[in-house]
Formats: sequence, structure tokens, C-alpha cells
Amino acid sequence: MSTVATTDPASAPVEAFAKLEQNGAALMPLRKAGLARFSEAGYPMLRDEDWRFTNIKPLAELPFRPIIDPLGQELRQDQIDGTTLGQLDADRLVFVDGHFNAGLSQIADQPSGVTVTHLANGWAGLERELGSLSGGDDNPFVALNDAFFTDGAVIRIGDGQRLAKPIHLLFFSAAGADGEAEHIRNWIVAGTNSQGTIIESHLSLGQAATVTNVVTESRIGDGAEIEHIKFQDQSTKAFHLASLHSELGRDARYAFHSIALGGRLSRNNLRMRLTQPGIECVLNGLYMLRGQQLADHHMIVEHAAPHCDSHEYFNGILDDQSRGVFHGRILVQPGAQKTDAKQTNKNLLLSDDATANTKPQLEIYADDVKCTHGATIGEMDDDAIFYLRARGLDTSTAQRMLLHGFAGEIVERIQHDAVREELDELVWNRLEAEHKLD
Amino acid sequence: MLEIRNLQAGIDDKPILKGINLLVNAGEVHAIMGPNGSGKSTLASVLAGRDGFDVIGGEAQYNGNDLLNLAPEERAREGVFLAFQYPVEIPGVNSTYFLRSAVNAIRQHRGEEVLDAMNFLKAVKVKMKELGLGEDFLKRPVNAGFSGGEKKRNEILQMTMLNPRLAILDETDSGLDIDALRIVADGVNRLRCADNAQVIITHYQRLLDYIVPDFVHVLHNGRIIKSGDKSLALELEEKGYDWLIKEAA
Repeated sequence: MSTVATTDPASAPVEAFAKLEQNGAALMPLRKAGLARFSEAGYPMLRDEDWRFTNIKPLAELPFRPIIDPLGQELRQDQIDGTTLGQLDADRLVFVDGHFNAGLSQIADQPSGVTVTHLANGWAGLERELGSLSGGDDNPFVALNDAFFTDGAVIRIGDGQRLAKPIHLLFFSAAGADGEAEHIRNWIVAGTNSQGTIIESHLSLGQAATVTNVVTESRIGDGAEIEHIKFQDQSTKAFHLASLHSELGRDARYAFHSIALGGRLSRNNLRMRLTQPGIECVLNGLYMLRGQQLADHHMIVEHAAPHCDSHEYFNGILDDQSRGVFHGRILVQPGAQKTDAKQTNKNLLLSDDATANTKPQLEIYADDVKCTHGATIGEMDDDAIFYLRARGLDTSTAQRMLLHGFAGEIVERIQHDAVREELDELVWNRLEAEHKLD
Repeated sequence: MLEIRNLQAGIDDKPILKGINLLVNAGEVHAIMGPNGSGKSTLASVLAGRDGFDVIGGEAQYNGNDLLNLAPEERAREGVFLAFQYPVEIPGVNSTYFLRSAVNAIRQHRGEEVLDAMNFLKAVKVKMKELGLGEDFLKRPVNAGFSGGEKKRNEILQMTMLNPRLAILDETDSGLDIDALRIVADGVNRLRCADNAQVIITHYQRLLDYIVPDFVHVLHNGRIIKSGDKSLALELEEKGYDWLIKEAA
């Protein structure tokens, strides 16, 4: 038996833990503590402020089946080639249902100061690192991840090193039974003045109501320049719970892009700690939803040092009965003077039944700062449509152009040329195929 | 080319234009001046077909067509161009893509071959140079984050590329410094020929030093109260509008 089914994740999954213990006894305290935290907290409810717009009841009602061993799903090279970004010139780490697939992965061409591997390749020592950035978080899904993670990427870019190629992490959910849950854990350390692009794709091979629970911890060193692109395009039944915990060093430049297209419910918790001066942190996201989909981006950007900039840009295109949720909390600690924090969330509703919830939250304990936020929810801008029509474009062309532009505004912030171009094309094609304008 | 007869229009039953009569022939430049609130921009909006303005009476014939019955894009394709007083920012829509789509929509309507990306770029770069616009301009989203002067120059660039028969410039001079004003005026003057016409809406005489009009009309309270040649503009510059308004009353 490769999965353990219970209705309640907290009800002592003895068998699962016995197996996980074989992967590294040193990690058992983390796992046990995680399970204990989850037992106490349970699944979040709408009455929890951080979850008030995102009802996870449909997930909580599924049987809980953490995938502990590989399910034996076959994946062929041509399936990877056919996926978005599948042919990108990149080093590739392929995971199926939370387990590394060596045959489909290729890691080469990186300088000697760069380590690209996966957790299960060597558990020793990880107990000192995993949880060190996510540990303070009370998100029940992080607790569950602590308990049940099976594998994930480990990326260490040494001081002054630059990735020769982007690293592309491909996570496939192949599970066929509702409630089967992969727990993925990634650990990223970017050394002083290091540089590189890391891409994370989450894709489904089947149509079951699978669960992806991914926790990524990243420590971005002084002067490092890292671009992190997360592309989530799973089946419309899938549940996706992601959590990123980053600590940024002095003068670091970090850009995180979230392109959330798939899933019945996706939630991205972004927790950024700006602990040294001179940091530039960009969080940039696009969600395009239809049917019953829900996408939620929930971020806390903590300015704990002076002279840091953080910018958040999130655009949502919401069709049918879908719901987009944005919660952006900017926390400026005492002493974090000259903070420049900017936040925008724009939602385009293509249907009367679509919903956008947006909640900016500025918490400022320093007096010499610049913090702005803005949110819009609405239909297309009539002035813009008239402007385009006055140049000879018909109404439907004008609407399509604006829709593409609304998405393109986010996609164009991706710095990596090949990734940006491919995602741009994908977004265009998706809009053409799926979001029919009247 | 354009014949406006007793045009009355307004917003929400509130009349703003109260009987405009204007004849614009090919090869002519007309300036429409007037104090704030006289209806200048409403006239421009009604001629371009902006939503929200109701035509209450009168008509506008454009090359034998009932202009007011055409959709905004049909007017544009027939050669009417409005340079906006407040060009709209369209984040995410690339300037090259936008302008090429517009040029080709109009070329197709005229039965001309569409321009491919290369030929378009060749053509647009020449015009950009004339207008003092850097090449990065094409990579930027339409008007997004542009300075006031850049937006106005972008209007003139679009006008130059679309080569309209009737161009209506709605306070294109507002917010421009003297250098930008000269660049914009040069752009308009290069367009002038016997086959087309320009209607310049402006509050100040200044622009008319550079674009010399054949006719000057003074709009007040929704009516043209005085028409003359370019000397009328100079007289207005000197004496203001009040004497005319009193005279008309």
C-alpha cells in the first residue's frame, strides 16, 4: 500500500510515519511537531482572518491520503517535452507525486560552486535547515507539510556563482484517487552575490481531486539576484497549497512571479523577510480563472531593515463563477526608515457571477516611509476601448487587446526572455481559447 | 470635406453644443478657440464618436457620409483622426503592436496591403526620429507612465502613421513646453496637403504661431460667435475673449 487513507490527517498515521522515519530519523522531530501543530489547529476555517475568503471545506471533506511511496506512474520524455516550458534550455528536476524521477531529470552544465539535487538524495544535515525559515508560521498546511513531505529540490548556489542555465523544477501530480496528496519541500540557498533563475511548474497528469502541498524555503544572500517563477496549471479539480518563506540579505534583488492558471483552489502564501538594507523585492502575479476556480495570494512582506523596496503587482482575470483573492500585508518594523512599499491588485471581471476579494493591509511602525496600495475590481476601461476604436480597431479587437494587455502587464515583468516569451504566448492562447468575449 | 449644420449635442439632456455651423474644405486648417467650458472638447468628442454624448439635432456630413451615424472605428477608417486632449494610458499593450494593428486596420479598409512587422518598423522609425522619440518608445506600453509631452508626441506619431484626411487636434498644445510645441507643430505641418484638412482646438494663440490657420472660429456657450482669418487669433491674444462675448450678447 502506497498511500494511507484517513479522513483526519491528525489521526496518528502510524504506518506513514514508520516509512518516513526510514528517510531520516533526524527529521522526525520536525515531522512530529508538525503533526502536533496540525492536530491542534485543524484545517483553517472561514472564521480565521487569513482564510475568510477561501473556503477549504471541499478539501477538508476529502479523505486524506498522503502519498508516501511513489505510485509507480509512468511518465515519458515526450510528455515533458509537450508541457509548457518543457523544452526550455534548462536543468530539469522532475518530480512525480512528490518523488524525484531520475530518468527524466537532467542536471548538468552548472559551475562547480552550484549544487542541484533533491532531498531524498541525502537527508543528512537537512534537519538543521528545513523549517528554519518556515518554523514560525501558523499555517496548518505548513504543519502538514512538515509532517509528510517526501522530497523536493535542494539548490545551493555558492558565493559569487551564477547559474549557467535556469533550474526548472517540474512537479507532476499523477495520482488517480481523490484526496491523494503530495507533500513537496524545497530548500534554496543563494550565496552572496550569486545569480540565477529558478522555475517551478506544477502540472496535473490526471483529473482526480489531488492535493499538492508545497513549502519552499529560500535564503537569498547579500547582493544576490534571483528570479523565481512559479507556474501553476493543474487540473480544475486539483487543490494546490503553496507556501514560500524567504529571507533576503543586504542589497539582494529578488523577483517572484506567480502565474496561477489551474486548480479548483490554489493558495499561495508568500512570506518575505527583508532583514538587511538595500533590498529590492518584487512579487508579481497573474491569475486567470473560470468555472468554479479560486486562486488566493496571501502575502506578508516584512520590512525589518531601512532602505528596502518591495513592490507587489497582482492582476486577476475572473470569468464564470470564479473567485480571486488577494491579501497583501506590508509590515514595516520600527527602524525600517526609507521603506518604499508599493502594492497593486487589479481584477477584471468578465462575468457577473465572478468575485474578487482584495484586502490590502499596511502596518507601519516607522515614520519616514513611503507605502502605497491600490486595488481595482471592475470591467474593462471604456475610455481605453474608445481610444483604441478611435484608431480604427473594432470593439472586439479593442477588448481582446486590453485583456491581453492586462495579463501582459504582469508577464512582461519576467526578466528571463525565453520564459517570458513562452508564458506570454501561452497566456494569449489561453485567453483566446477560453475567455470568450461577447 | 466636413460640413456641420446646426449641430446640437449634450450630456444627459444638458445641451452643450447649441447649433454649430462649420464648413471645412480639403486643404484648409481651421482653428477653434474659446474660453473654458465653451464646448470645444465636446465638439471634438462628438465628431470622433465618444459614448455618452447625445446628438440632439443637426448633422455632420463628411465626404458625403453621415458622420454621426458611423461607429468610432468606422470614422477612423474613413480618415478621421482625433488627437486626444488626455491620451489614455493602456498598461500592458505594447506600443508597436497597438500602432501596427491600427495602421493595418485602416490600410485594410482602404484596400491596401497590410504592413508586416519589418516594413512597419522601417516606416515608424523614420517618423519617430522626426518627432524626437527614442527607440525604446516602441517597446513601452501605450502611454503608460509617459510624460505629458510624450503622450502628445505619441498622438502626433499616431496621426502621422495613420495619415488621416481630417485631423482634429483637441488641445494638443496644453502642457507642452516650447520645444515640444514646435515638434508637434512641425508634425502637423508636414501632414498638410491639398487633400486633407486639420481642425485645431486650442485655448491659446501660441500654437497658431507654428500652425498657421486659414480660418479662426471662436466658440462660446455652444455656438460659433465669430469667424475670421489668422488675425482674429492675434486679436484674441491681445484683448481676450470678453469683448467678443459682450459683442455677441
